[in-house]
Amino acid sequence: MSEAQAQMSEDDADLAAAAGGASIRTAVVTTGGDYSSPYPDQVLENVLENVLIFLTSRRDRNAVSLVCKSWYRAEALTRSEIYIGNCYSVSPRRAAERFRRVRSVVLKGKPRFADFSLMPPDWGAHFAPWVIEMAEAYRGLEKLYLKRMNVTDDDLAVMARSFGNFRELVLVCCEGFGTAGLAVVASKCRQLRVFDLIEAEVSDDDEVDWLSCFPESGTCLESLIFDCVEFPINFDALENLVARSRSLKKLRVNRFVNLEQLHRLMILAPQLTDLGTGSFSPQDHPIDQEPDLVSAFTACRSLVSLSGFRETVPDYLPAVYPVCANITSLNFSYANITADELKPVIRNCHKLQIFWVLDSVRDEGLQAVAATCKDLRELRVFPIDATEDNVGPVSDVGLQAISEGCKKLESILYFCQQMTNAAVISMSNNCPDLVVFRLCIIGRYRPDHSTGEPMDEGFGAIVKNCKKLTRLAVSGLLTDKAFSYIGQYGKLVRTLSFAFAGDSDLGLKYVLEGCSKLEKLEIRDCPFGDSALRSGLHHYHNMRFLWMSTCRVTRQGCREIAQQIPRVIVEVFRWNQILEEGEKSDLVDTLYLYRSLEGPRADAPKFVNIL
Amino acid sequence: MESVITHEGLNLKETELRLGLPGSDKPEKETIYSLRNNKRAVPDSVEDRESVSDAKHETAPPPKAQVVGWPPIRSYRKNCFQPKKADSETGNYVKVSMDGAPYLRKVDLKVYKCYAELLEALENMFKLTIGSEFAPTYEDKDGDWMLVGDVPWDMFMSSCKRLRIMKGSEAKGLGHGV
Repeated sequence: MSEAQAQMSEDDADLAAAAGGASIRTAVVTTGGDYSSPYPDQVLENVLENVLIFLTSRRDRNAVSLVCKSWYRAEALTRSEIYIGNCYSVSPRRAAERFRRVRSVVLKGKPRFADFSLMPPDWGAHFAPWVIEMAEAYRGLEKLYLKRMNVTDDDLAVMARSFGNFRELVLVCCEGFGTAGLAVVASKCRQLRVFDLIEAEVSDDDEVDWLSCFPESGTCLESLIFDCVEFPINFDALENLVARSRSLKKLRVNRFVNLEQLHRLMILAPQLTDLGTGSFSPQDHPIDQEPDLVSAFTACRSLVSLSGFRETVPDYLPAVYPVCANITSLNFSYANITADELKPVIRNCHKLQIFWVLDSVRDEGLQAVAATCKDLRELRVFPIDATEDNVGPVSDVGLQAISEGCKKLESILYFCQQMTNAAVISMSNNCPDLVVFRLCIIGRYRPDHSTGEPMDEGFGAIVKNCKKLTRLAVSGLLTDKAFSYIGQYGKLVRTLSFAFAGDSDLGLKYVLEGCSKLEKLEIRDCPFGDSALRSGLHHYHNMRFLWMSTCRVTRQGCREIAQQIPRVIVEVFRWNQILEEGEKSDLVDTLYLYRSLEGPRADAPKFVNIL
Repeated sequence: MESVITHEGLNLKETELRLGLPGSDKPEKETIYSLRNNKRAVPDSVEDRESVSDAKHETAPPPKAQVVGWPPIRSYRKNCFQPKKADSETGNYVKVSMDGAPYLRKVDLKVYKCYAELLEALENMFKLTIGSEFAPTYEDKDGDWMLVGDVPWDMFMSSCKRLRIMKGSEAKGLGHGV
């Protein structure tokens, strides 16, 4: 029995907890009537079920389910949210057979490197088989969170008509659907509270005015996010929708909403806690007087999260001053603003915990952040110009400043052109709470720019000093030494990302042998081969996946892995068959292996070989 | 490992990029290369890999002009901002082919302010007269072949990927849009 149980891997416990919290109110324990024949342990099992309702963490639940058959059954009946980190690790049927009373489903498909064009478009991760199964098994489904799945309009239609009490739809990095699908959801899901499209690719081929499809009389909408939609919307319909959605708390509009229109929306919804401001630039030919944005922002007393700013005209930034003191989350990562334009805003943001910004603000801008935002937990600095260059607007100077000013930092993503070990070491010492450290030196193989040394010591210090670290992404010139540090000290690390790094197979061996909690490993363009691959044989069944592209792994090496570990699917794919002709080498372009309770998937396209 | 590679008197080792432990033949500073954009360039990435597989020792592959998926930023974020270099400094060169001509030419669309100027340049370049026998066409961003002159000049500038001057029977009856 224990072998067959899927150990759902750990990730994003908050989501499960948040969903689980709600499930306490909605979960219903039915006793007696559910069992076809009573048996002696029934009383004990009833008691257990009543206790288990309060268990929300999926890791705890996984542990509970392993105690014995009776506990396994009770846990299965009381789990109301299921989290499937890899849609191919288990079949929809198997999941539905084990967990019968599910209200909330989290489903993730493609691995993260698919976001960077490293995966062919028709690879898979189709939502269709899941929605078809759930339409039968989970009629009471309320919440759906999909990430990197291929979702079609038909899938959305099935979903909309099958779940009468459907409340929350969150699509993150999904594609395959368009306005027609959105329209069906809007019109049929009358209980919808959350409708979030986050970094999704929405097609406009059908040109359906989906915003007009929400119920006429009024909606229960609490959250409406569509800032990733890359085509115009019907603004009148949006305005009307906001006016009749009295519970709306989160609204993130896309860049086709200008400042005048934003003003009109804000007047209608001063109760907002989360606002995505769209383009933040005025319409091309302003007819009326300039809208009083300052008053509009002042009226939003509950605003804690601000984003958008897609085509910011900096002259209008002062309008946000009234809310700065309260906001905990600010996303300026589309705002091409200078340090001088940032400073007057940021110097008021004392409560800021999450800050995303473009490197247009330079090291100077980051210094200003460090000076004010003492409570900062998460920082992301994106590059305005993604081309490799000798110098960039942010560097070790900015990182050093942040490390000195923001000592509570837990998560950082930092793109730059050059870095020093000293700055990274400094961060490792100043920010002991770091859980996520992702440094991307855009220039590949770039050493410490002041000493010329590899970046080994910097990353070594991070894994050594940051005792809570679970996620790490490395870059710059790195030798096998860096990997030996990671293997030696990265005992809690769950997610690792390597690119253009390492000297030999040893590098990967250190990691696979040392990082016992490793779950997700993504590697590209590193000199790791079959010998290194073999060193992880003992561990692959504990991982969600391993991705290796443009490394030195051969087909034969992959085949050996496939043969030696059951319940691990080994996919290899090649991109461009034409170019491969005449090539003698046995190297694979991409290896993607993942554990699974099922056999090889039936929906693999031609370019995927399952060994 | 490698002897100094000389080619016509140039010491290419100076600019060679390789991996190596510090101290042992210290890695040179990287050559400065500017990437235009990160359009997916499959042939380049395969070349990348081939050079890795052929190398018997631990040498870094020479930096390619375009690397797929690097840096790891989602494409719509990359597309949001025009890299300053590409726009102002480098010009907008498109290939021009003419039916029957063995060689292609290239023109910088930025040099011209309107269709008339472009057509005049083409006429000079290929020694022809645009009219009933020759029709200028272009391939746009969607991959469709269009007649030059139908859309406003600015729109043409941003959507034209290549030009083709059609000749003979295909050209007859097309005229041109200008």
